[in-house]
Amino acid sequence: MEGKAVISRKQNNVMPGETRARRSLYWQYMVEPFLYLSPAIVLIGLVMMIPLVIGISYSFQSIELLNPFNTGWVGFENYIDLWADRKFWIALENTFWWTFWSIAFQFSLGLGLALLLNTDFFGKKLFQALVFLPWAVPTFLSALTWAWLFNPVIGPLPHWLTALGILSEPYNIMGDPDLAMWGPIVANIWFGVPFFAITLLAALQSIPGELYEAAEIDGASAWQSFTKITLPFLAPMIAITVMLRTIWIANFADLIFVMTGGGPANSTQILSSYVFTTAFRKLDFGYASAIAVALLAILLVYAVFVLWLRKKLVKI
Amino acid sequence: MTHSPKPVLAVGKYAALLAYLSFALFPLYWLLKIAVTPDQLIYTEGTNLWPSEFTFDNFRSVVFQTDFLSYFGNSLYVSLGTAAVTTLVAAGAGYAFSRFNFAGKRLLIAVMLITQMFPLLMIIAPIYKIIAGLGMLNSLTSLIVVYTAFNVPFATFLMQSFFDGIPKDLEEAAMMDGCSRFQALYKVIFPLTLPGLGATLGFVFTAAWSELLFALMLISKNEAMTFPVGLLTFVSKFSVDWGQMMAAGVLALVPSCLFFIFIQRYLVQGLTSGAVKG
Repeated sequence: MEGKAVISRKQNNVMPGETRARRSLYWQYMVEPFLYLSPAIVLIGLVMMIPLVIGISYSFQSIELLNPFNTGWVGFENYIDLWADRKFWIALENTFWWTFWSIAFQFSLGLGLALLLNTDFFGKKLFQALVFLPWAVPTFLSALTWAWLFNPVIGPLPHWLTALGILSEPYNIMGDPDLAMWGPIVANIWFGVPFFAITLLAALQSIPGELYEAAEIDGASAWQSFTKITLPFLAPMIAITVMLRTIWIANFADLIFVMTGGGPANSTQILSSYVFTTAFRKLDFGYASAIAVALLAILLVYAVFVLWLRKKLVKI
Repeated sequence: MTHSPKPVLAVGKYAALLAYLSFALFPLYWLLKIAVTPDQLIYTEGTNLWPSEFTFDNFRSVVFQTDFLSYFGNSLYVSLGTAAVTTLVAAGAGYAFSRFNFAGKRLLIAVMLITQMFPLLMIIAPIYKIIAGLGMLNSLTSLIVVYTAFNVPFATFLMQSFFDGIPKDLEEAAMMDGCSRFQALYKVIFPLTLPGLGATLGFVFTAAWSELLFALMLISKNEAMTFPVGLLTFVSKFSVDWGQMMAAGVLALVPSCLFFIFIQRYLVQGLTSGAVKG
């Protein structure tokens, strides 16, 4: 609506004469923007949207590069296999815990860091640059470094954990199916805290300072200002960031692939790493695509649920 | 909030700051430590905080005796190429989103948001098939094309936020004075948006520099390997020279850190305007 109003005003002011005006309207609305947009549209269309459709169609086919004669449409066979695949259900459960613990720690530590950065202290600029640095470290490098830190022979963490009495002896937690997931989770927390801190800091800085002054005059405690002013103001940002990050982390396979490769005994296999290992190691593209479609469906359901929840809770 | 009178609170605050700082820096310190520790001490002094001897042998042998220089060059080529092309494409698209109302605008924005949500690994098989069909496996150009497409949506939103910050009146004034829109864009808007372009370059470079899984899938020849792929191949070989590997890691960190210093000021804008991708 607004766009039309703007355009019709332009038409009256800038271009007198009806045919020129109409051509200009057509030009401005249908042609000129696409001159700027076409490279982006072509790229996204060719490299992402078309392969996405092809990928969905793969999930109904048998495509094994190691077994080229076994190729063709198979209907829902991949999905039936998936339903019976124990590894799939383990990976699904692991995806949940991986995402849940990563988000929980990234968010709470990120919020703490944002609150600290919202105060004044000596050397703040340098401090901020240094604590945000993990975000810029290439993922494969964080994975290798953390794998090293958790190594029982040459890494310090198992020894320290033993000294603190958390582990009975310095062994490799990434070799223990019950604990292995914590290796990649810790690396993910390290990598993801800056992101939450940055977005929450931006939201914190947009809260008007007068609110705090007024609260202080009225005798509110620091805790009261936090729960009555800060949190309500942050809530929308928190909701959107947590939702987007959840999806992103559920899709994030790099750390797990490098650190544990999904092992031991699939105890760290999440759906996205399962997609990658099936495609990369077994070259079974049909089955990999079926897992990917299942992951996509789960994430869609999650997104719809969160949006519905937001609509229910936040009444604007 | 700023003038906390209680000393207990102040101490607590500085303790928390210190804890965050050590958590953030400790792994990087360790990476550096291993890289400068002589090989024979890695196992015996594995858990010491400080090595008893320093050496730059690891760096020397990584640079001169392995293929890392070629991996490094490949990665640099791919990342710089991706950053340059993405920024150019995204600047155009971001400008269109910021300045025009047009048919299908909401649909396009929705599609771009969706590309940030679905599992990218979903298209790894089709992309492999398509690129293999074109005979472009092991080609760095194919990596640049793929990475560019992956990064364009995020970079577009980022560029749009920069263009939104530049008043429309500026180019309208220039167009009144007889410039075409493109001339106005080139002469008036472009100089103003240089910091935005720089930040976008930095974000995309960092993303491309660390991409691993698609590179693993599409590249198998040693001479076309990017840094992450090369380093992982190094790990999976039978005997691993840890010191050299960590030295290579430190070298891989250098470009990211340089770009990080460069884009630091724009982190807030970048991550909140995109808010979709890390």
